[in-house]
Amino acid sequence: MIARWKSVLIVLAATAVSAAAQNKVPRGADGHPDLSGIWTNASITPFERPRELGSKEIYSEQEAAAYERGHQRDVDKRDDIKGTNADVTLAYNNAWWDPGTKLFKTRRTSVVIDPVDGRIPPLTEERRRQLQVIADARRKRCEQPGCGLENNGQLGPADGPEDRPLMERCLWFNNVAPMISTAYNNNYEIVQTPDFIGIDVEMVHQMRRITVDGSPHIAGNARFWAGDSRGRWEGDTLVIDTTNFRAETAFRGADENLHLIERLTRIDPGTIRYQFTVDDPTAFTKPWTGEVIFVKSEGPLYEYACHEGNEGMSGILAGARAEEKRAMARSRE
Amino acid sequence: MTNRGYARMSALSVVLVCSALAGWAQPADPALKRTADGNPDLNGVWQAMNMANWDLLAHGSAAGAVSSLGAIGAVPPGEGVVEGGVIPYLPAAVAKKKENFARRWTDDPEIKCYMPGVPRANYMPYPFQIVQGANTVLFTYSYAGAVRTVRMNTKEKPPVDSWMGWSVGHWEGDTLVVDVTSFNDQTWFDRVGDFHSDKLHVVERYTPRSNDVIDYEATMQDPEVFSRPWKIIMPLYRHVEKNAHLLEFQCIEYSEDVLYGHLRHGKGETK
Repeated sequence: MIARWKSVLIVLAATAVSAAAQNKVPRGADGHPDLSGIWTNASITPFERPRELGSKEIYSEQEAAAYERGHQRDVDKRDDIKGTNADVTLAYNNAWWDPGTKLFKTRRTSVVIDPVDGRIPPLTEERRRQLQVIADARRKRCEQPGCGLENNGQLGPADGPEDRPLMERCLWFNNVAPMISTAYNNNYEIVQTPDFIGIDVEMVHQMRRITVDGSPHIAGNARFWAGDSRGRWEGDTLVIDTTNFRAETAFRGADENLHLIERLTRIDPGTIRYQFTVDDPTAFTKPWTGEVIFVKSEGPLYEYACHEGNEGMSGILAGARAEEKRAMARSRE
Repeated sequence: MTNRGYARMSALSVVLVCSALAGWAQPADPALKRTADGNPDLNGVWQAMNMANWDLLAHGSAAGAVSSLGAIGAVPPGEGVVEGGVIPYLPAAVAKKKENFARRWTDDPEIKCYMPGVPRANYMPYPFQIVQGANTVLFTYSYAGAVRTVRMNTKEKPPVDSWMGWSVGHWEGDTLVVDVTSFNDQTWFDRVGDFHSDKLHVVERYTPRSNDVIDYEATMQDPEVFSRPWKIIMPLYRHVEKNAHLLEFQCIEYSEDVLYGHLRHGKGETK
């Protein structure tokens, strides 16, 4: 009875608001577009535009279909790879990968939309040097036994868990800030209230917590994996301003000065256009922007207990120790 | 009429309808802040203020596990939050509880930064935030980045067992009732090894006493571990600080030495 009364009132309110707004995008009681719901950004759109495409921003429908077919052919080929060694070094087979089968429906040729070549601008001289020093040191350590393959196919140190990439540690996945399409679990649940928006990221249950109350960022010395996010509305667009990242987050080479500006616009009931600008003057020679399309999804989100089930870390470290032991035995022979 | 006008009208109607219904437990409190749909507004950052996470039952102070931490590491005393002061373990489960207690400084999942389950997540010594949408209420916890989605009035079945369980909510007057099932058997209720099986069924009741205090109850049933349902009762307090925001406490990196330290270079046989 109460529930029915309430829903009648809600319907009345919603009708009045949407008539005033002259569009079909759902709105909250505060009049702002309501982004709530379960969304997916799964896509095979490459992050950077292949160089041979030059300044071509959008595929024709035929080109897009051909790209999607070609991608599927490449994926299917992975099924032909057989044998224990391939299974182990690839770590995941086709049963795991789930980036979807389609480009974003905009048919853009890359996620990066600015600069116009669709590619991330060069790193600053200083940042390139820093990253080179780190990479060289890691490579040097792997001249000794006791390293492990990383998901980029390179050997990396494995003296302890902190040597390993953040993803292997379940500490941080780079599909959170910014929210870009990744290998799997590309699902997001948004719950919106007038002064706070929570985004549950299915990938290892990472959370975006976006305060929309006009308050300033937390003090600069407080650092977080997901940074510190403050939102504001510019017309019908939610703008999220995020700073206070930890240096290790290092999105595409960014450092701790990363300033991320994200813009979410529900362009129709089933679609959010999401643009993010990476502004980090100590890491990149100029700011750059990407675009990702979220579409409505069924759900539910699953609980991805990555750390709780991280047998992989024990296996990687135990494997590295076994290798050291073998090398020691060989040297005694 | 403005949106706010609708909100007020909606809230008022709920008050009127509630009052009109004979036998309704409590008339809606007109002093409570409400969301646009007329329900009490539980949005905000909350925290329990008790020692239940150390031990659900009444206890005196005790030495901690790490003597070098001195008073910081000691166990502080607590009044207990269990109704009747007894957790009704089945005889077979008593031994398991004792074993857990003996191994509490190594086996407590909290040490490993594992998701804490329900209701423990609500009375750990860290804040959590309620994000109250109309169809979905998100509980986001500082500790371990744990999160649970309360799906309102859904008939959808849980797809799989999980650490934080499957939460289905509904309103009974001004009380948010959350039914939580489909747990795994990996979480504890506290740091002294109170435990459950994967048959655990928790019913939580969140009743606002005022805009800043929620009376919280959780009733536990588990036919494999307990002889009858039992209940914990405690208030949850709103963080009223102006800058109360939930901060990320990603504790994985602090648990890695405990979990993987024995596999480090230079440890054990490979030394």
